[in-house]
Amino acid sequence: MTASEIREAILSILSDLAPDEDLSQLKEDVPLRDQLELDSMDFLDIVMELRKRYRVQIPEEDYAALTSMKSTVEYLEPLMKDL
Amino acid sequence: MTRDFLKGVRDRYDVVVIGAGLAGMTAANALARAGHGVLLLEQHFKLGGLATWFRRPGGHIFDVSLHGFPVGMIKSCRRYWTREIADRIVQLKNIRFDNPMFSLSTTFDRDDFTRLLVERFHIAPDAVGRFFDTARDMNFYDDQAITTRELFDRFFPGREDVVRLLMEPITYANGSTLEDPALTYGIVFSNFMSKGVFTFQGGTDRLVEAMRDEMVRNGVDVRIRANVQRIHVRGGRVEAVTVNGRTVPTRAVVSNANLKTTILDLIGSDRLDRDFVDQVRAVRLNNSSTQVYMALGAGQMIDESCGDLLFSSTAPAFRTDLLLSRDASSRTYSFYYPKTRPERNRCLIVASTNANYADWAELPREEYELAKGNLARSTLDDVEKYVPGIRDKLDHVEVSTPVTFRRYTQHVDGASFGTKFEGLAVSRALPEQIAGMYHAGSVGIIMSGWLGAVNYGVIVANDVDAFLLKK
Ligand SMILES: Cc1cc2nc3c(=O)[nH]c(=O)nc-3n(C[C@H](O)[C@H](O)[C@H](O)COP(=O)(O)OP(=O)(O)OC[C@H]3O[C@@H](n4cnc5c(N)ncnc54)[C@H](O)[C@@H]3O)c2cc1C
Repeated sequence: MTASEIREAILSILSDLAPDEDLSQLKEDVPLRDQLELDSMDFLDIVMELRKRYRVQIPEEDYAALTSMKSTVEYLEPLMKDL
Repeated sequence: MTRDFLKGVRDRYDVVVIGAGLAGMTAANALARAGHGVLLLEQHFKLGGLATWFRRPGGHIFDVSLHGFPVGMIKSCRRYWTREIADRIVQLKNIRFDNPMFSLSTTFDRDDFTRLLVERFHIAPDAVGRFFDTARDMNFYDDQAITTRELFDRFFPGREDVVRLLMEPITYANGSTLEDPALTYGIVFSNFMSKGVFTFQGGTDRLVEAMRDEMVRNGVDVRIRANVQRIHVRGGRVEAVTVNGRTVPTRAVVSNANLKTTILDLIGSDRLDRDFVDQVRAVRLNNSSTQVYMALGAGQMIDESCGDLLFSSTAPAFRTDLLLSRDASSRTYSFYYPKTRPERNRCLIVASTNANYADWAELPREEYELAKGNLARSTLDDVEKYVPGIRDKLDHVEVSTPVTFRRYTQHVDGASFGTKFEGLAVSRALPEQIAGMYHAGSVGIIMSGWLGAVNYGVIVANDVDAFLLKK
């Protein structure tokens, strides 16, 4: 997957998790938490969905990489490039 | 002839879940949804663990732990259970306090607490704002050395009345004290006291039944009266469990049984690293509870102005040790109106106190019965203040003690709210000791209560799912 496909994949997960939020205005390098009403269970759900949909494993010590859209895509690129 | 509660159990499972409390059921359900073969084993004849209820003649149903939970339960039930379950969660809007320092009613959310603190307690609005923000922003990376007492002293020095307002409900909710890390208070406080208190309409029986249906739909093999006696470990990994004398092979185990029982009894300390065993032994348990259940006769009603939850105390000041004492001067009342179970049209009251197991377990039989009688009597005297003529309206009264909680859940010391803070680290570290071995259940204060247990079940299911996919 390319960076922009990965971005789309994240957006699709986010729109399932937060159906009432407008995701079109999401800023790339501002923490997701500051833009959306997300709590720690939501981040866990993102991890679980990535594993379910794409078989990507994200160990707990790497959860901090999921802070912003930019950092998430950068973290996932090497893991998802062959999908 | 005894019935075989394990009839038809398969030769092996991906995961065996020990215990059908909220954490165990949620983990079982999540793992079955993810496509794993799950066996859920519960020693009692009912599912639910401490989320339980009982029936008494006269059409009464008492809920044991349905006093209130945070708003987050709606989202967690929608996501990890069903929309039907989530849709039955409603707010309790009349939460009352009555003690020698103040008497008031609140909707139990940030706006209303702010209003009360400013108008009635004359605290500067910006101090209140900063306190709420600080509590909200606390997380694991914060300094864990500061205690809840120190947190209060920083914002409200010398204000024992404010401490009481902000702390008493949390102590009831999870047994935490002013000496516990402020972090645990911050997390529970922001969950609980920012958006109100909620309940499940239809009662605990209805919730647990809906959960059972959903688990069965997702393919969980659910067994009651199935007591797990042993978790087998070989070469550093989980291999099987022995239940009712029968050994069932499995790739992973999630134990919802008490943390200490799981590690020291079911696994056995000889299987584990010495240092780890020492850490487990050092984990402190939370206190237990007493409850007095009161059912009003058919047609006897309580006015809803009595409130939904009432934190009542005759103690001049708030002190944790007083809250635990056997001659309780502080109680939490839950008033249940017909709206809880509309088809039954009954009013019930449940009075709860926090309590020490040892105070009750060590009493000789006769004294124990006497102490129960005294508790019922003093409680009814106290209820008289809120529901005049209560004794004439009653149809049934019953008392449970820490000994009762111990009997039904097998929790060490009848612990109502799991372990103190250090239990969380031990629970999380278990899979590093034994591959495939997980614990999910009330630990560390933060992960206790209905919402904490459900969420911890999900967190652990996530780890187990990752483990099972690895090979
Ligand atoms: C009196 C009281 C009032 C409460 N009020 C509230 C409230 O108002 N709001 C709130 O949010 N929380 C409340 N709580 C706390 C809440 O009920 C618990 O934190 C939560 O239900 C615990 O869930 P759990 O999954 O951790 O474990 P538990 O509910 O303790 O479940 C553990 C299960 O494991 C089973 N088990 C143990 N050993 C074995 C074995 N060897 N083999 C098979 N099965 C086994 C037990 O039988 C039990 O079913 C209250 C608790 C008490 C006691």
